[in-house]
Amino acid sequence: MTLQSRTPGTPAGPHRRRVVQGLFGVGAGALAMPALAACGGGAASDPKTVTFGSNGADATPKKAYAAVTDAFEKDSKLTVKTNTVDHDTFQKSISTYLQGTPDDVFTWFAGYRMQYFAKKGLAGPIDDVWETIGAGYSDAAKQLSKGEDGKYYFVPLYNYPWAVFYRKSVFQQYGYEIPVTWSQFTALAKRMKKDGLSPIASGYGGGDIWSILGAFDYLNLRANGYDFHMSLMRGQVSWTDKRTARTIDLWRELTPYYQKGAGGRSWQDAAQSLLDKKSGMAIIGLFLGQQVTDESLRSDIDFFPFPEIDPAYGQDTVEAPTDGFMLSRKPKNPDAARTFLEFLGGAKAENLYMGVDPSNVAVNSAADTGSYNALQKKSAELIAGAKHITQFGDRDSDPGFISTVVEPGFTEWLNHPDDGSALLKKIESQRSRFFTA
Amino acid sequence: MSSVRTAPRSPSRAHPRPRRLGPGDRLFLTVVVGIPLIALLVFVWLPALASIGLSFTSWDGIGLSGIHWVGLDNYHQILTNYPPFWPAVQHNVIWLLFTALLPAPFGVFLAYQLDRKIRFTRIYQTAIFMPMVLSLAVVGFMWEIIYNPDNGLLNGVIGAVSSGHHIDWLGDPDLNLWAVLVASGWRHAGYIMILYLAGLKGFDPALKEAAALDGANGRQTFLRVVLPAMKPVNIIVLVVTVMESLRAFDIVYVLGGGTGSKPGMELLSLLITDNIIGESSHIGYGSALAVILLLVSLAAIGAFLFQTFRKEDQ
Repeated sequence: MTLQSRTPGTPAGPHRRRVVQGLFGVGAGALAMPALAACGGGAASDPKTVTFGSNGADATPKKAYAAVTDAFEKDSKLTVKTNTVDHDTFQKSISTYLQGTPDDVFTWFAGYRMQYFAKKGLAGPIDDVWETIGAGYSDAAKQLSKGEDGKYYFVPLYNYPWAVFYRKSVFQQYGYEIPVTWSQFTALAKRMKKDGLSPIASGYGGGDIWSILGAFDYLNLRANGYDFHMSLMRGQVSWTDKRTARTIDLWRELTPYYQKGAGGRSWQDAAQSLLDKKSGMAIIGLFLGQQVTDESLRSDIDFFPFPEIDPAYGQDTVEAPTDGFMLSRKPKNPDAARTFLEFLGGAKAENLYMGVDPSNVAVNSAADTGSYNALQKKSAELIAGAKHITQFGDRDSDPGFISTVVEPGFTEWLNHPDDGSALLKKIESQRSRFFTA
Repeated sequence: MSSVRTAPRSPSRAHPRPRRLGPGDRLFLTVVVGIPLIALLVFVWLPALASIGLSFTSWDGIGLSGIHWVGLDNYHQILTNYPPFWPAVQHNVIWLLFTALLPAPFGVFLAYQLDRKIRFTRIYQTAIFMPMVLSLAVVGFMWEIIYNPDNGLLNGVIGAVSSGHHIDWLGDPDLNLWAVLVASGWRHAGYIMILYLAGLKGFDPALKEAAALDGANGRQTFLRVVLPAMKPVNIIVLVVTVMESLRAFDIVYVLGGGTGSKPGMELLSLLITDNIIGESSHIGYGSALAVILLLVSLAAIGAFLFQTFRKEDQ
């Protein structure tokens, strides 16, 4: 069972090793030596090697990380041993991985997800690394990289904004204008429906259930502001709060304009319907660009920030999930790992990465933006101009709470959008289970 | 009484010292019995007992010191305040009834027909058994393509007949369980067919001839003669069906996108992984769910076997 497969890697490890050593005893002392060395925190391991656990298993990120590590090896005369694991597998097994023998440096996400493992003592603080790289980062980025104890635990690499994407030629053809307020937005959706388009492309079938959170996050951020949204995500406010109910009300206004049959469609197919001019808009991240195969089409894609709902908050928050790196709790080679993190946090690493994978925006402000395409430039401006940056529903909150309570609740509700009081009550009843510890 | 008296004597005469084993035999026996025993203990009983133990605790899976005793709290929570639990139980029951009432009898029907030496029977057998040979991931992909809302086969056919209809087979919570059940039934019928066909091959044709001589028609022959004579196979078919229904997991997991339970498709097995696998795991809670599934399975299988063997003893 899963349960059993978890325990051997955990603190039982040293005991087991001790037993083995005892068995080998004096006679096989020589044999046991390597095992002993491995036990002692790895102080004796090769000082020239740093291990790197990467979740970039897809072709593009894999190539991009390889470019970064190659450059680091040349610069520092250290060797990087990269251990690449499939993205989803990496995520699912993260807590076992971090408790076992993790790599010195590993890829991870900013936000609650990072802070959770920092709080559990499974990641190492890297304040000294930030003394070197800190100058290149905005205050918002610094905030994102700190744990709840105020120490740095994270080195950001890139991020990408969520916004409302559309095709310029569609807007031109029908004479649509970019909506800035909520009423303009819903009016536009209504018009699109009349023109025979699916106003809002939507696909949350299969494993893509997370994609619905973008709309909820933005609605809540615009209607109730950053502070309330973050408290809600961290389980500090009741989900049956009047303000959450208002967000659901707003969402219900939008549901008639969602593309039909969304529960069985993948986000890729939804994105494709936007590219095929069957849908008018899509609330999605910049990664939409991965769906573009015809380069001439890329320049026809544009986005606008999610419209304003309450003027008190305007459009002050941008949802921009950030990916980057962390240090494991007992790196085998702490000095080399820190050197590696310093390199990863520098502008050079960002340039190398973006050179291969252009579907993101660099976080380091010293990174070269000359080679950005129009969408990247606009994204960078959008993020730079934000007063607050959020990470996305499943990164700002307990991932288990989101994936087993909130997402199924939302999907069920989207099928029969009512006033949502039953939905919110259901979510609220589960909140304490996830946020007491 | 006589047996008591003669028992100790007779073996010593007939076979000298049958109870004494040489050291080699002992070693052999120890190894042959010991290794499976240890494997059974380590891989079956230990995890099962650990699950039961953990089900009374709260643990996030990080560090053994994080285990807290909470008594029956997990069970209380699950039974009174866990929205997907009762739907999951209901879906497991629907799964069992559906599989037992449609694909399983259909598989038996197919086996009976194929056994009558119709033409191309081999081809039919292969074709019907094929889904069982395919990996479940492949089966999942195939049905995903069939059920795709935009360019799926099913909606394509329906759209050709009456355009404008747009059925969200896997997304609609009222529909998706049945969509998955059809996919699973498609597979299950072939499995049952091959099991039953194997049984029918060993069936004494004389019985059928005798029934025919007595003037029984085809239906009567099957219901009154073949079916009762096939009792051992019937039991296997029933046990397989019950087990498959209770442990149903893989095809739902694949068609649900591999992220855990989805509204309308909750099953007990999925709720367990929901809680245990992932970044923030609730191992105690998940274990409690696993124990509930274990109890249900034990009850179902136990009651069934008890019934069967009691009748046989009589």
